[in-house]
Amino acid sequence: MSTQEVTGHGLRVDGLGRRKAVNRLMESLAWVAALIAIAILGVVVFSVARRGLPALNLDLLTKDPIPFSLTNQPQGLANAFVGTIVIVSLATLMALPVGILVAIYLNEFAPAPIRNGVTMILDILNGVPAIVIGIFVFGLFVVGHGQSGWAGAFALACLMLPLVSRSTMEILALVPNSLREASLGLGVARWRTTLSIVLPQSVGGILTGTVLAIARVAGETAPLLFVSSFVGTKTSWNPLHALQSVPVAIFELSESPDPADHARAWAAAFVLLMFILLASLGARWLATRNRRKMMGR
Amino acid sequence: MEGAEEMSTTIEPTVRVETRRQPMPPRERLEQIFDIQHLDAIYGGKPAVKDVTMEVYKHLVTAIIGPSGCGKSTFIRCLNRMNDLIPSFTQTGTIRYHGTDICRSDIDAVAVRRNIGMVFQRPNPFPKSIHDNVAWGMKVLGIKDNVNERIERALTQAALWDEVKDRLKASALSLSGGQQQRLCIARAIAVEPDVVLMDEPASALDPIATQAIEELMHNLKSEYTFVIVTHNMQQAARVADMTAFFSISHGGEGQRWGELVEYDATEKIFTAPSDKRTEDYVTGRFG
Repeated sequence: MSTQEVTGHGLRVDGLGRRKAVNRLMESLAWVAALIAIAILGVVVFSVARRGLPALNLDLLTKDPIPFSLTNQPQGLANAFVGTIVIVSLATLMALPVGILVAIYLNEFAPAPIRNGVTMILDILNGVPAIVIGIFVFGLFVVGHGQSGWAGAFALACLMLPLVSRSTMEILALVPNSLREASLGLGVARWRTTLSIVLPQSVGGILTGTVLAIARVAGETAPLLFVSSFVGTKTSWNPLHALQSVPVAIFELSESPDPADHARAWAAAFVLLMFILLASLGARWLATRNRRKMMGR
Repeated sequence: MEGAEEMSTTIEPTVRVETRRQPMPPRERLEQIFDIQHLDAIYGGKPAVKDVTMEVYKHLVTAIIGPSGCGKSTFIRCLNRMNDLIPSFTQTGTIRYHGTDICRSDIDAVAVRRNIGMVFQRPNPFPKSIHDNVAWGMKVLGIKDNVNERIERALTQAALWDEVKDRLKASALSLSGGQQQRLCIARAIAVEPDVVLMDEPASALDPIATQAIEELMHNLKSEYTFVIVTHNMQQAARVADMTAFFSISHGGEGQRWGELVEYDATEKIFTAPSDKRTEDYVTGRFG
């Protein structure tokens, strides 16, 4: 038999004090967990900013590095920034169309068994360590041909593909079925319905997923170490040659004995971090805007 | 005394409504548009509708009534292959449309739906302007001449033109529910189908919007053939020339499926049904 306490107001209270205590405890635990997550990001951003900001100047973005420099000539990491722009752009060009088409096929056309199977494969691909992708692309393109920006872009595209297609699938699933039925009920073909009704509804969401995928792979180091890292110090836009990239440059500079190199590595890390933060914020903004549009306003 | 006996066998209808129906010509003089034979519709191995055999006549409004879960919507969605979109769905039997069995796998469902349009339970306008909602279907389906006249005509037929003629560029989503549903009807008739299927078109609407939709069905049936699913008996009595009553049958092991109980002129269904279950339903003793 449970005991019954009665407050002065005559309200029944069974073990109210204990339930309140448990509630407070769980709430504080959740708060602490949230604080830890925020604190980690805060510490990372703060420490990178503290060391990187002093070395951040225009030369970093516009001047090439000078190897074994004994003078105080200004130098930067322009070759790495250009390399990252070229490699990531090419990777996006490769992964975006394939990723979106895969998502359209799976969400709009594929029978359920194929959809479930391929979705699982995409999730597994998403979980493959980046360094394994690097070794795979090394064996595929680099052995016998040498390193190149193309190979680096292909490796990053392999990482982007599951990100883009999974996020696109989720967006397509949000498009209400009643819209598809409205179009099909008019006697409009399936492909036309997808192209003219479903896709325009999802453009914002697809863009959001793409930006997040770009932000994610722009910081990838491991695959590029294998396939695009034996590089000169001159800026090059030619993806047929090996291209320097920001993450690889940070890694290499961190092993240098020169403290000025360390400072430049921190500055480059700060730029990369800011790019990723801004891209994520931009993606969030796009996502909110898109959700509002899908709600019909 | 004979008259008194007749009185006692005549059911007093609880549904007393003004009807817009005209006297029906005899059924053999009517042109068949659908000839449905032994239709079974099955979801994931479980029958939703069993053994439906009926005809639908041209330029009439045919209502499908019955309690929830009797397979009315499933049935009407068979008529334009809308159920093709549901992966676990299968059907047997034949649906002849002007003599052609549209269930055959070599018949293109897109072509079927081009001829047999559909209006859905919930208004589902495209997130485009009012004008583009009506124009898009015509554009995609290759209707290119007199587009603006056609849009005006479709919106007028759907009793919406006067309310929207000054804001055709406004978003369709800014319309009220009833206006959206009439826009969906305008969109469906703008591409000039042969048959318009309506799956509870007024269930989400207020009485005034409902009346507008019923009026437009009445006014347009000389051009189109309507099949309407409704759970509202008054609505069936008001608009339909023919009425089919579906009910739920129970088998062993908790199985249940919908079946066609009775199909006749609306007048007959509501005043002198020949099946006890129809009588119970239309007099409000069940359902």
